[in-house]
Amino acid sequence: MRRHPIRLLALVPAVAILGAPWFANRIEPRILGLPFLLAWISGWVLGTSIVLWLIDWRERSSLPRE
Amino acid sequence: MSNAGIALGLMTLALLAAFGLSLRARGAQSLEQWSAASRGFGSVFIFMLLAGEIYTTFTFLGGSGWAYARGAPAYYIIGYAAVAYTASYWLLPAIWRRGAAWQVITQPEYFARAFNSPWFGRVVAVVGVCALIPYLVLQLKGLGILVTEASYGRIGPNVAIPIGTGATVVYVIIAGVRGSALTAALKDTLVLVSVVGLGIALPYTLYGGIGPMFDILITQRPDLFLFPATGLSGTWYTSTVLMTVFGFYMWPHTFGSVFTARSEASFRRNAILMPLYQIVLLFVFFIGFAAITAVPGLEGADVDLALLRVTRQTYGPWIMGLVGAAGVLTALVPGSLILMSAATILARLFTGTAAASAEREVRLARLMVPLVATVALYFVFRGGQTIVTLLLFAYAIVTQLFPAVIVSLRWPRRSHAGAACAGIAVGVGLVVYTTLAGITMSTAFPSMPSAFTDINIGVLALIANVATLGVITLTRAPSDG
Repeated sequence: MRRHPIRLLALVPAVAILGAPWFANRIEPRILGLPFLLAWISGWVLGTSIVLWLIDWRERSSLPRE
Repeated sequence: MSNAGIALGLMTLALLAAFGLSLRARGAQSLEQWSAASRGFGSVFIFMLLAGEIYTTFTFLGGSGWAYARGAPAYYIIGYAAVAYTASYWLLPAIWRRGAAWQVITQPEYFARAFNSPWFGRVVAVVGVCALIPYLVLQLKGLGILVTEASYGRIGPNVAIPIGTGATVVYVIIAGVRGSALTAALKDTLVLVSVVGLGIALPYTLYGGIGPMFDILITQRPDLFLFPATGLSGTWYTSTVLMTVFGFYMWPHTFGSVFTARSEASFRRNAILMPLYQIVLLFVFFIGFAAITAVPGLEGADVDLALLRVTRQTYGPWIMGLVGAAGVLTALVPGSLILMSAATILARLFTGTAAASAEREVRLARLMVPLVATVALYFVFRGGQTIVTLLLFAYAIVTQLFPAVIVSLRWPRRSHAGAACAGIAVGVGLVVYTTLAGITMSTAFPSMPSAFTDINIGVLALIANVATLGVITLTRAPSDG
C-alpha cells in the first residue's frame, strides 16, 4: 500500500504555498475579486485536499499487492 | 435590556451550554480517561479534537487582527496548516504505530520510550509545558478581550481575565476530553456560522461586496496585499510557514491526541478533509480587511479587537453576542485542552508513571490545573503582545522537539537521548534568550541583507538544534543498541 510514486505529488501544493512570495507576490490578475497572492495561497490549500485525496485513492487501489 | 446585557447574556448562555455538555459526558475516570480518554476514538472524534485546534482565539481574533494591521503576512496562517496536514498524512500514522506498540499515551512517555531514557522524557515534558504557557496566555487574553468588548467596556480586562480563567479552570476540572470534544462540536458550528456570516455580510454592508471591498482597499493601500520588501517579507513568510509546519504536531496536547485514534486510516482521512476546513480562514481575513476603513486606528496589541469592534459597530449587541458566544468557546475549548495537557504532564512528572495509583494521579493533575492557570494569568498581565506574536514565540519553542521525533522515526537505532537533549537545549535556549534580551536578527546582524535577517528566529534555532544533534550523534562511538 505504501511507497507508490504518486505520493511525490504531495510536494506540489506544499512547494506552491511555501514559494508563494516568489511565484505569486502580485495583486493582478484578480481571481474572484481576490488579490492574486491571496487567491494563490487559498487555491493551493484546496489543492492540498485534492492531491491528498488522489494519493489516498491511488494507494488504496494498489492495496492488494502488499 | 442594555446592549451590554444582551451581548453578555448570549455569551453566558454559551458558557452554560459548554458546562452542561461536559457534565453529561462525565463518568468514572482514571487519568488516562480524564486526559486522553482511551485509545478508542474513531475518525469523527479525532477530527473534532484536531479541528478544535484550528478555530482557537488565535485564528478568530488574532487572524483577523493581523489581516487588519499587516495584510499579506497574515496569509501564513492559512498556508501553514495545509502544508502541515500534508506532512501529517505520513507523520501521524508513523507516530501512532509506535505509540500503540509501546502502549504510551503522552508525549513525554513517547520520547522516554523512543530514546530509552526516562529523564529525557522529563526534559520533553518541561519543554512542552513551557511552550503551552504562552499558548494558554493567548487564549486567556482572548477571553478577556471578548468580555470587555461585549460589555461595551464596562467590565475591564482586569476583572474579565481572572473571571474567564476561573471559568476555564472549573470547566477543565469537571470535564475531560469528552466534554471538550462535545463542546468542540458546538463551538465549531457557532464559529463557522459567525465567521462565514460576518466574512460575507461585512464586505457587503460596508463596501457592497467582496470584490468591491478589495477594489477600494487596493486603491487605498496596495502595499497591504503584497509581502513587503523587508520586515515581514517573503523570507519571513516562508521561514515562518516552515517553522510552524514542523511545530504543528509537536504540541503536547496534539501529539497526545494522536494516541487516542483507533486506527491509522483516520489520520489519512483527516489530512484530506482538514485543508477544506482551513479555507474558512479566508472569511476571517475578509473580516479583518473589512475593519480597515470601518474601525481605523487600532494599533499595537489593540489590533486583536478589530473583529469585535467592527461587528459591534456594524450590527449591534445581538450579533455581537452571538459572535462573542462563539469567541468564548474558541477560547474555552482549546484553553481547556491546553490546561489539561499541561496539568497531566506535570502530574506524571511528579508521580512517575509506574508507581502511582490512578486515583492519586488524577487528584494531582486536578490540583495542577489552577496552578498552571495562575502562572499563565501572571503572564497575561505582563502582556503587551498581540495574539499572533505570542503564538509564534510558543511555536518557536515547541518546534525544537521536531528533530528528535524524526530521529526516533527514521533512525531509531541511532537515537541518543544526550544528543537530542543537547539539540533541544540549544534551540530553546536561542529562542528564549533572543526573546528576553530583545535581540532580533536585524539587530544581531545589521550588515546582512534583509533576505537573511527576515528569517524567523525559530528556524535558525531549529538549524542550530539539528546541527548540535547531528554532530553529537555522528561523533559518538556507534553503540550496539
